[in-house]
Amino acid sequence: MSEILPLIKKQYLLELAKERKREDERGLDEYRPLDIQVSSVEKAEGSAVVTLGGTKVFAGIKVDAGEPYSDTPNEGVMITGAELIPMAAPDFEAGPPGQNAVELARVVDRGIRESQAIDTIKLCVKEGELVRLVFVDLHILDYDGNLIDACGIAAMAALATTKMQVLEEDGTPTEEYVDLPVRDLAIPCTFVKLGDVLLLDPSLDEEKAMDSRITVATDKKQRVCAMQKGEIGGFSLDEVMQTVRTSKVKGEEIRAVMREVVQWEDSEPDTEEN
Amino acid sequence: MKRIDGRDAEELREINIEAGVLKRADGSCYIEWGKNKIYAAVYGPKQVLPRHLERSDRAILRCRYNMAPFSVEERKRPGPDRRAVEIGKVMQGALEPAILMHYYPKSMIEISVEVLEANAGTRCAGITAASVALADAGIPMRDLVPSCASGKVDDQIVLDLCKEEDNEGQADMPVAIIPRSDQITLLQMDGKLTEEEVEKAIALAIRGCQKVYTLQVEALKKKYAGAEYE
Repeated sequence: MSEILPLIKKQYLLELAKERKREDERGLDEYRPLDIQVSSVEKAEGSAVVTLGGTKVFAGIKVDAGEPYSDTPNEGVMITGAELIPMAAPDFEAGPPGQNAVELARVVDRGIRESQAIDTIKLCVKEGELVRLVFVDLHILDYDGNLIDACGIAAMAALATTKMQVLEEDGTPTEEYVDLPVRDLAIPCTFVKLGDVLLLDPSLDEEKAMDSRITVATDKKQRVCAMQKGEIGGFSLDEVMQTVRTSKVKGEEIRAVMREVVQWEDSEPDTEEN
Repeated sequence: MKRIDGRDAEELREINIEAGVLKRADGSCYIEWGKNKIYAAVYGPKQVLPRHLERSDRAILRCRYNMAPFSVEERKRPGPDRRAVEIGKVMQGALEPAILMHYYPKSMIEISVEVLEANAGTRCAGITAASVALADAGIPMRDLVPSCASGKVDDQIVLDLCKEEDNEGQADMPVAIIPRSDQITLLQMDGKLTEEEVEKAIALAIRGCQKVYTLQVEALKKKYAGAEYE
């Protein structure tokens, strides 16, 4: 994300923000048009393509089996990776993931993991020996700002539509398929700060002009399950709380859209636990 | 209610900070924070490598966070894992706003944080130490950057989680601030908190940071004010 933004453009965006306006005439708390398509790749156990304005990302799920971690012998494992492939932007380079790709994958992962959206206990095949490994791979096809939200939405939608083969205790696959046990839909909302103004769902130029970035992920009960301040710059406590309040509302709106698309039913709507 | 290690909800673990502990580094710091043992070193401003990262109007900051293989229960494979890469990035984001980067165009400041023993809260201790090391290197800054975590354990919002609390806790939230401008420059959270709890936890972490700040200042005074503080 090191492309250069002309200073004059940056100043223009700052001036606009001061008047509480944006270049594409959106409101400060308004997402660009969002589209979620699921199950487009047959070979993947789950997949989703998300378009958010001009940003397009692909999430694919592969489910494997392997050894559990020693401290959680009866729980399945989720592993999230992101690749900023050269197709998506002129300054993305092939090769091992850099700092930005690693941060992207880890922030997306944290929102889903900490919401306990995946019931990892149900992913245990044989305690201490064999559990399901859920690989979430994010491919950025077109980078036009706000990869975190696009990837978070794509990963969640792909997981919520994942169907995996049932395994015998020794790991032999059966003919039967089940849904991945998904009990929540975690949604990340990302803001950037331009001057003193907070903008939801930054466009590419807003991202290049920003001082700092903050992401707040919320769960189905609108609790905060992950936060991350990114890039250089800082926020006041009031500004952070403003992003939390907006994320609760906007996260719920996106969750409603996703619910329709992935046809997700809340399996435990009334339990107070978790 | 007392915590697992006997502390009150708003009590920090014992923290000892020593400035200027390494010979070759331009600035350095050693911190013991509870059972965490961490060194931070600063080199620079110096020539930028690789050259294409050079900025004509200001310096660049690079942060490396590394855990020693023997710093944790099960031997950690040497070299940076994805967690370390992310921590390096958020450390840079926490510290850079405090540094007067435009004083040193076309140069690079390098921070290296080495965790010898880890016991929850290494990134906060690392940022705290790195900021003292920057001051020890004589790099002009707007302020020091103290850092401290808060979290939720047994339904209670508490300061500075120890390892057991971090493992069993319901939320962990590392924070760093620039005290002079009240800016939050590090903020991460995992777990589950309501809006009200988020606000309470950040406010508590900020109070923790302010306590850490006085310890940072003391450490620098001890090193540079000489006999007065002996």
